[in-house]
Amino acid sequence: MRFVFSPPADEAAGLLTLPFGEPLEEWQDKRLVEIRQRGLSRHVVRFVADGGELYALKSISERLARREYRLLRALAERGVPAVKVVGIVVDRGPDLDAILVTRFLEYSTTYRALFSNPRVGHPSDRLLDALVELLVRLHLSGFFWGDCSLSNTLFRYDAGTLAAYLVDAETSEQHPSLSTGQRLWDVELATERTGGELLDLQAGGLLPAEVDPLSFGEKLSQRYDRLWDELTREEKLRPTEQRHRIAKRLRRLNDLGFDADELELISTPDGNKLRIRTKVAEAGQHSAQLFRQTGITADEHQARRLLNDIASFRGYLEQKSSSPVSETVAAHRWLEEVYDPVVAAIPVGLRDRLAPPEIFHEILEHRWYLSEQAGTDVGTTAAAKSYFKTVLPTVPDPLTTATEYVAELSRLPDQGGGSSA
Amino acid sequence: MAPVKLEKINKVYENGFHAVKDLSVDIADGEFMVLVGPSGCGKTTALRMVAGLEDITSGILRIGGKEANDETPKQRDIAMVFQNYALYPHMTVAENIGFALKLRKLPKDQLKAKVNEAAEILGLTAWLDRKPGQLSGGQRQRVAMGRAIVREPSVFLMDEPLSNLDAKLRVQMRAEVQRIQRRIGVSTIYVTHDQVEAMTMGDRVTVLRSGVLQQVDTPQVLYDNPDNIFVAAFIGSPSMNLYDAVLGESMRSLKLGSQEIDLPESVVLARPALRRYAGKKVVVGLRPEHLPAESDNATGPKLVGDVELIEALGSEQVVHFTIDANRVLAEGAVDKDEAAAVKHGEGVARVGAKVPVKVGDRITFAVSIEDMKFFDEATGLAIRS
Repeated sequence: MRFVFSPPADEAAGLLTLPFGEPLEEWQDKRLVEIRQRGLSRHVVRFVADGGELYALKSISERLARREYRLLRALAERGVPAVKVVGIVVDRGPDLDAILVTRFLEYSTTYRALFSNPRVGHPSDRLLDALVELLVRLHLSGFFWGDCSLSNTLFRYDAGTLAAYLVDAETSEQHPSLSTGQRLWDVELATERTGGELLDLQAGGLLPAEVDPLSFGEKLSQRYDRLWDELTREEKLRPTEQRHRIAKRLRRLNDLGFDADELELISTPDGNKLRIRTKVAEAGQHSAQLFRQTGITADEHQARRLLNDIASFRGYLEQKSSSPVSETVAAHRWLEEVYDPVVAAIPVGLRDRLAPPEIFHEILEHRWYLSEQAGTDVGTTAAAKSYFKTVLPTVPDPLTTATEYVAELSRLPDQGGGSSA
Repeated sequence: MAPVKLEKINKVYENGFHAVKDLSVDIADGEFMVLVGPSGCGKTTALRMVAGLEDITSGILRIGGKEANDETPKQRDIAMVFQNYALYPHMTVAENIGFALKLRKLPKDQLKAKVNEAAEILGLTAWLDRKPGQLSGGQRQRVAMGRAIVREPSVFLMDEPLSNLDAKLRVQMRAEVQRIQRRIGVSTIYVTHDQVEAMTMGDRVTVLRSGVLQQVDTPQVLYDNPDNIFVAAFIGSPSMNLYDAVLGESMRSLKLGSQEIDLPESVVLARPALRRYAGKKVVVGLRPEHLPAESDNATGPKLVGDVELIEALGSEQVVHFTIDANRVLAEGAVDKDEAAAVKHGEGVARVGAKVPVKVGDRITFAVSIEDMKFFDEATGLAIRS
C-alpha cells in the first residue's frame, strides 16, 4: 500500500491507521462520520473525523485518483476555490480502487441543505451567482470542469452571499486556455445537470414551491454569459475618454473579484480597441487586509464587513479621544473590545452553526434591524445577546465543523455534514 | 442522423504540437466508426474537434453535409454518451431518461413517447416506474444511454465510455452499445485505445498513430490486410509475428535467421510487387493462427522454434517460442514495457489443445504460407500488387 500526501502531511498522519486494506464501503472505524444531505455521487464516499479535522474519502480508480489529485493541487496553485486535496492511497490490495483524500470544507453546506433549510428566502439566486462565479473563475484559469453541478459544489456563507467551492475534479481538464467550444459545452453541461438536480429535489418533495427547476439552468447560462462578457469583452474607446474608461473597467473587475492580467490597446480607424486578459484575483484584498490587521481569517465579503466595522470603531475612538487613532491601534482595540468578546459569548452548543466572522456579520445586521425598530442604536452587546437568543438557534445544525463537536455528531443519530466529494 | 466528413483536418496547439495531421475520414450515415490507436495518437483530439471542444486549425469538418467548423457544440447536434452520468435518486427511470427534454419544455405527450421508445430499445420498459436504486450496474448504464437516445442527436460521440467499468460489465456493455447503435442507426464515433474493443464494435475502424491516419477499413480487412507494419502489429491479440527476412534471388525461398522456408510460386503471383525484392530484405508477418503445429504427414513450408512458455486455454494452446531471426517491433504498437520484454526472435503460435508440447521442446510449425504478409523494410508499407 502506498500513501501519497501533499506536504505538510503531518496533520493527516492519523489517517494512516484507517483500514485501507478493506473496501471503503465496508469500513467500521469509529472515526467515520455520517453526513446528511450530501450531494449525489457516482462513487463510494465516506467521511472521517480525525485530529479535529474532517476528511472526505472517495474510492476511485488509481488513474482517476492521480489525475484528480494533480488537478486539485493545480486549482489550489491558481487560487481557484476548491476543496483542498490531502493525498491518495494506492496499491491497497487486489480488486481495491485507490482512495482520494480531501479535507472537508469548514462551515460549508450543500445545495440540498440550503433548499431544505432556507434561512433568508430560497437560495436559488445566491446559489446561481456563486456557481456562475466559480465556473467563470475556472474557465479564466484554463480549467474545463466537465461535470459542473450543484452536487459537485460546496457553499459557504459569506456575509449574506454564498461562495462556491469545487468539490469534484474527476472530469476536469487543465489547458493553457479554453476554447469557446469548451466553455460553452461546460455551461451546457452545467445547465442540464443543475436542472436535473432541482427536478430531483422536486420529485422528492424537497424543493420550495416557488423555485422553478426549468428556469434555473436558463438563468445559469444567462448569468454566465453576462459575467463572462463583462470580464472579457473588447470595447472601443475614444482617445479623450480612454484613461477614465480603462480605470473604470479595472475597478469593476476588482469589484467582481478579478484582476487584469494584461491590457492591450489596439489602434483602429474608429478609436482604440481595449482588450483585457482577465485573471482570477489573488486571495481577496479585504480578506488579506483583515488578516494583516487582526489575524482573523474570513471570506471576502465577511472581511469587507468587518473592516467597515473597524473603520467605524476607529471613528468612535477618535471622536471619544478628540485625537487621531492609527489604523493599527484601532484594529487592535476593536479585536480586544468588540470582536473577541462577542465571539467568546457565543453559546457553546451553537458555536459550530456558522463561522465566527459570519456570526459577527449577522450580529451587525441584527443590530441594524433592532436599532431601526427601537429608533436608536442598541449597541453590539445587546444585539449579540438578542441574536444568540433568537436567531442563532434557528440556524440549521452544522453539516460539519472542524471542532471536536464532529466527534460528538458522529455519535448522535440524524446528525452529520454534507458534501458530494 | 447525419454523415460526418473530415477533410484534411489538422490540429496544431499553441505550443506547436501537431496533434492531428491531414486527417480525412468519411463516416457514413448510421455507421459505427471506431477511432483507435495508442496513447497520444490523436484519436481523442480528433473526436473533440468533431464535438466542437477543440478548434480546428485547418481542414473542413462537415456534419450532415454542412460545414461545422465554426458551430458551437450545441449547434452541432451531437450527443456525448455516458460521460459522467449521474442518476437522480428521487426520480423514476422514466424521469431520469427524459429530464433533459423536460428542461427543454417538450410537450408531455411527446416526451412520454420518446422515453417509451428509448426504454423499449434499451429493454427498460418494465423498469420505467422504478427508482435508480433498484437497478443493476448494466441497467444504470442503459439509463445513461437512454438520455442520449431521447435527444435524437445527429451523431453520437463516445470517448472511452467503458473504461471505468469492471471487466465483466465492460464486455456486457460492448455488446449492448453495439446492439443499440444498430437499432437506432445514428452515426457514431467511438474512441478507444483497446484494439479488441475496436475490432468487436466498429463497422469500420480508423487506426491512428502520432496524429497520422494509418488505415481505415472494416475490422476483418484490417486484420487480414494491414496496410503497414504498425497496423499489422497493433491489430490482433496476440500480435502478428513480424520478422526480418531475406527473399531468395529466385523468389522461391525466404530466409528467416538460419532457417529457409520454401515459397510456392503462388505467393509471388498473388503479390507481383514482391518481384522487386528478389534477393533483398523484407519484413514478413504471420498471425499466430497461421502457425499450427505440423502434423505427421504434412508437406509444405515449416518453421522450427524453441518453446519458451505455454498458455493452455482449454480450446487451444498459445505457444510462445523463439527462432534466431530478428523480431520486428512497430514503435507505439505495443506499450514500452511490453516491447522491452519481447525477446530476440520471439513469436507466438496457436496450436491445438491436444498437441503434446511442453516448455523446452523444439517444435515444428506448418507455415500457412498464403497468409504470410510482406512489408517493405524501409517504409513499413505492405507489399501487395
